[in-house]
Amino acid sequence: MEDLNLPPIDYAALSPILILFGVACLGVLVEAFAPRRARHPVQLVLAIGGSVAALVMVVLERNTRVVTIGDAVAIDGPSLFLQGAILLLGIVSLLLIGERSLEAGGPFVAQAALTVGSEKDNRQAQGAPGNTEIYPLAVFALSGMLLFVAANDLLTMFIALEVLSLPLYLLCALARRKRLLSQEAALKYFLLGSYASAFFLFGVALLYGYAGGVNLQQINEAVAASQNSDILLYAGLALLAIGLLFKVAAAPFHVWTPDVYQGAPTPVTAFMAACTKVAGFGALLRVLYVAFEGVQWDYQPVIGTIAVLTMIVGSVLAVTQQDIKRLLAYSSIANAGYLLVGVVAQNREGVSSTLFYLVAYGFTVLAAFGVVSLVRDADGEATHLSRWAGLGRRSPLLAAIFTFLMLAFAGIPLTSGFISKFVVFGAAIDGGQSWLVVAGVVTSMIIAFPYLRVIVMMWLSEPAETTPTVSVPGWMTSAAVFIGVLATLALGVVPSPLLDLTNDASLFVR
Amino acid sequence: MEETVEYVQATGLLSSVWLLVAIPLASAAVLLLLGRRADKWGHWLGVLAVGSAFVLGLSYFISLAGMENKSVELSLWDFIAVGRFQVDFGLLFDPLSGVFVLLITGVGSLIHLYAVGYMSHDEGRRKFFAYFNLFVAAMLLLVLGNNYVMLYFGWEGVGLASYLLISFWYTKPSAATAGKKAFLMNRVGDAGLAIGIFIMFATLGTTQYVDVFNGVSGLAAGTILVLGLLLLLGAAGKSGQFPLQAWLPDAMEGPTPVSALIHAATMVTAGVYLIARSNPIFSANHTLQTVVVSVGALTLLMGCIIGAAKDDIKRVLAWSTVSQIGYMFLGVGLGGAAYALAIVHLLAHGFFKANMFLGAGSVMHGMKDQVDIRRFGGLSKYMKITWLTFMMGWLAIIGMFPFSGFFSKEPIIVAAFEREGWTAWLFGMAALLGAGLTAFYMTRLFILTFHGPKRWTEDIEHPHESPAIMTIPLILLAIGSVGAGFLLSTSVPDWLEATGGLGAQEEPHEAVLSHGVLTALSLLLTVAGAGLAYLLFRNGTAKQEQPAGVVVTAARRNLYSDTVNEAIFEKPGIFLTRALVYLDNRGIDGAVNGLAAAVGGGSGRLRRLQTGFVRSYATSMLTGALLVVAAFLAIQLGWLA
Amino acid sequence: MTLSPYVPIVGLLILGALFALFSVSIAPIVGPKRYNRAKLEAYECGIEPAPQPVGGGRFPVKFYLTAMLFIIFDIEIIFLYPWAVSFDALGLFGFVEMVLFIVTVFIAYTYVWRRGGLNWD
Repeated sequence: MEDLNLPPIDYAALSPILILFGVACLGVLVEAFAPRRARHPVQLVLAIGGSVAALVMVVLERNTRVVTIGDAVAIDGPSLFLQGAILLLGIVSLLLIGERSLEAGGPFVAQAALTVGSEKDNRQAQGAPGNTEIYPLAVFALSGMLLFVAANDLLTMFIALEVLSLPLYLLCALARRKRLLSQEAALKYFLLGSYASAFFLFGVALLYGYAGGVNLQQINEAVAASQNSDILLYAGLALLAIGLLFKVAAAPFHVWTPDVYQGAPTPVTAFMAACTKVAGFGALLRVLYVAFEGVQWDYQPVIGTIAVLTMIVGSVLAVTQQDIKRLLAYSSIANAGYLLVGVVAQNREGVSSTLFYLVAYGFTVLAAFGVVSLVRDADGEATHLSRWAGLGRRSPLLAAIFTFLMLAFAGIPLTSGFISKFVVFGAAIDGGQSWLVVAGVVTSMIIAFPYLRVIVMMWLSEPAETTPTVSVPGWMTSAAVFIGVLATLALGVVPSPLLDLTNDASLFVR
Repeated sequence: MEETVEYVQATGLLSSVWLLVAIPLASAAVLLLLGRRADKWGHWLGVLAVGSAFVLGLSYFISLAGMENKSVELSLWDFIAVGRFQVDFGLLFDPLSGVFVLLITGVGSLIHLYAVGYMSHDEGRRKFFAYFNLFVAAMLLLVLGNNYVMLYFGWEGVGLASYLLISFWYTKPSAATAGKKAFLMNRVGDAGLAIGIFIMFATLGTTQYVDVFNGVSGLAAGTILVLGLLLLLGAAGKSGQFPLQAWLPDAMEGPTPVSALIHAATMVTAGVYLIARSNPIFSANHTLQTVVVSVGALTLLMGCIIGAAKDDIKRVLAWSTVSQIGYMFLGVGLGGAAYALAIVHLLAHGFFKANMFLGAGSVMHGMKDQVDIRRFGGLSKYMKITWLTFMMGWLAIIGMFPFSGFFSKEPIIVAAFEREGWTAWLFGMAALLGAGLTAFYMTRLFILTFHGPKRWTEDIEHPHESPAIMTIPLILLAIGSVGAGFLLSTSVPDWLEATGGLGAQEEPHEAVLSHGVLTALSLLLTVAGAGLAYLLFRNGTAKQEQPAGVVVTAARRNLYSDTVNEAIFEKPGIFLTRALVYLDNRGIDGAVNGLAAAVGGGSGRLRRLQTGFVRSYATSMLTGALLVVAAFLAIQLGWLA
Repeated sequence: MTLSPYVPIVGLLILGALFALFSVSIAPIVGPKRYNRAKLEAYECGIEPAPQPVGGGRFPVKFYLTAMLFIIFDIEIIFLYPWAVSFDALGLFGFVEMVLFIVTVFIAYTYVWRRGGLNWD
């Protein structure tokens, strides 16, 4: 037998992914061997330290543009930018996840397997320290996301999809309070997620049948040569897109979002809303821009229609929501619609504006969920909107922060929300997709209403007797909220540096 | 119209023009952040901030007067720079924005001062002044921006502040509803403006005034028409013009100083500013101008008719605002030299309308917040200063010689008659008729409030005059109402000619009636209207609403515009929301579970969420997937593409 | 076309069939015979096959844990086979990769072990 030719591997370019994967494995070992008391600090330091190390490697590798490890992974401008964004947002989410001072034992359940409502369960609810497996799980999810946005063939992408999804399903189930809701959310997410994965995989199979390979460049060439049955191509593309659109919560594949966002522990919801969205859109961008560039005129109307539908569903349904987490979930759906507008633009500005939007939205949504986790009563977080009435009287600073974040979601000028919508719509105009911009502007006018309602609720209502107290945040939540607010403001006032960065990072390696 | 617009860079004193926005903004921030600690002196800080902005604005104005090119640009930083998109965070100080700055900060200072007295018993006074300062900052940003995106910034800011201030007395449900209505209708307008801005991007690649104005001649007529109509929609939303007029009278639920500053003197004129500023766009298309004129004429008549049937003192004033802004739209729509006339009317209106609103506030202050003019009467003896100052405002608004309304409104009527062909008669007569109607309903308001028999409610014994802090601004504004018109009408048009693009003069058509005839006619109509009102109402009126004919009833119902709005906007919106909620929550399962699912309260709902929904979610995903695949295949088979 | 490559496969088939036949037929002859109820039930990893109590009933989750662990090692073996067959061709790189793979599986195994996943009670 002759020796196999090993593909060259650029370890430096892969190092962020490898570091996080190693850290996650280490985290599992810590769970196995470290004494219970020491686990939380060790895990926290390990997770944040690992993410920072990975971020440093991303920054050091910022000029790398390679396709490596047998064409399976492409480290180029978009993937490095997205990896950096995921890591940054991930670090801030880890701060939220690591908060332990808001309630005895932290926001996570101590033993997830105990029957809800049993005697043992009631005892653990009294303040048993929450489990620490969340850290390795979150880091596994992060490493999956890093690979997801860099995957250059569809199988690698699928593996990454599973690596990022499975820990998320588990994380959703680990809330300390309202455990049934949390477990239900996890089960729903899991079932629907596997359903969507099946679509994705089916799409990969059809595309393999079409192009004779799963590599994105290979598909691109096959599309250009256009010799085989187009039915395979279009059916494959459609199914593949469905798998990805599920992850980014685009209508009509958004159905899981409100329930899961509501049921999951708030720090995990924040993590999903910020990081998963970045990862999902990163992969969607790569697939559409690299593999299917040749058929862009064919998929534009379909994805565009989905974008419009997503914007309408998200914004109109947000109007009737009574629960702040569900409201934010629908807002996240609507934002997926705006992001799709940037994706459909099909030009360089489309990529760069989508990248900008992802970062801006991520920080805002992290801060928003951070604030949500602070408004509590005896039963944990008070998420029903009526409970927020008069919050401005009780804690003006918190209400002011949340007001600012709501204004940012509403796209009021001088917040990052305005700039990101502006550049995305601008890119769509440039790409000749004016109808999407009209839909976008109209729906963003609609969705401003529920945001304003929250503001009015907080400031212009008498506090009810049952207005919940606002917990004094620990330094980690404070830091996370502060970073989020600061980024929202800074990106709204001086967006140019990040816009330049996204502009430089907007070319895919082919 | 081939002349190019040029702006010069700001130097010297004018390079600090950003302070105009920064000072009120900083004051608002201080008031909001310090919280209760600032309760004692917060209102004075608010007054001081606007007052110093006025002083600054005046000094900028004077230094601008000495310059050759009177359009000064100050670029602060590159706001957005991606590829083709270049948006500057920059300010523009030129004659047009200059007069607006003076109006906003001048009238603003007086109203701030008045509010110190008016709100003295209100717990939320500090917060009120914070919002008030926020509004001034946003309004100044609106008129000072050097591109449409900056204008949009201010536009959103004033909308937000106005929304907060209308619902300031949130304990009144009507105030909360009014706030919502204002917000929704403004959103419709804002959407128009936003889409218009994106169209500028799409066609011209820029939103800087200077580039847009110089590039507009290269656009296709259809594009200009669409662009202009969208801007007009935005302007109509903000200025309470047809078909988005319904929110403005409802906005009177807010404190009276708010009505005076925001909903009479400044914010509602932002639409006029937008059209005046965008005059190269509007001048480039005659259809567009005709639409603007029609909107103005229609609204001014509507405002008069409805105003004549209302009995709430602030609502009558509000409808008169709608109607007066209709005159301004008429003016800016006429184009050419009439732009300047509209601005003159805007400035004069700012004075006399603020004066009357504050007067109304003073009356309400003395009459235990009564607003129904049927329950006033004979107040001239008890509130001498309010009566006299209100009289100045009344004489000004009906256009009596030599008060300011005469000098500002009359030229617009003349200009309307200078149009081509039969439209001269149409719009001219509308404007003339409006003058007569205005005289009628304003006189009705004045007589019923201050003269005739007392028709007070039982709990009022001695109405009292307001304190000096409220009467001094009234007196100053009354002086403005008397004198401003003449001064403005002689100086402002020349001054505004230096504004980029505004100078373009079109040769006016010969007026179909001579100038003297028109002046006489309008004065005659005014006197007739006022006299009729005097004869009808000098002996007071019934204390309750009386059955009336079709016209009056229709006018009392705002000419059924609310009903129309409800049918056009609200009903379909509610239906769409309900349908979507239904589909989303009940999904495909709704058909299966039917009634059983619908029964049950909160906990039942929660339980329902916890069982069996995954299958309906999965079904809707599958349906979506089938549709997506089908759409792709349809494209492949050439059905859609 | 020669059939020679398929001869060993046919041989394997025959051998397998013979082994199965032999095992089944030898057992009743040489094995001890003790009859009881459990012998008559279908083998279902410890679950009572039928009849189920209303609502599905409860059964120990331990069987599943063990089964899942078994499947993981099963899959590991499946990956080890092709590597073992082409060990020479893959060389040192393949060896390191395989060690890493085994270590990763082992880390998870350690976690299960330390957390008591292998204890029956």
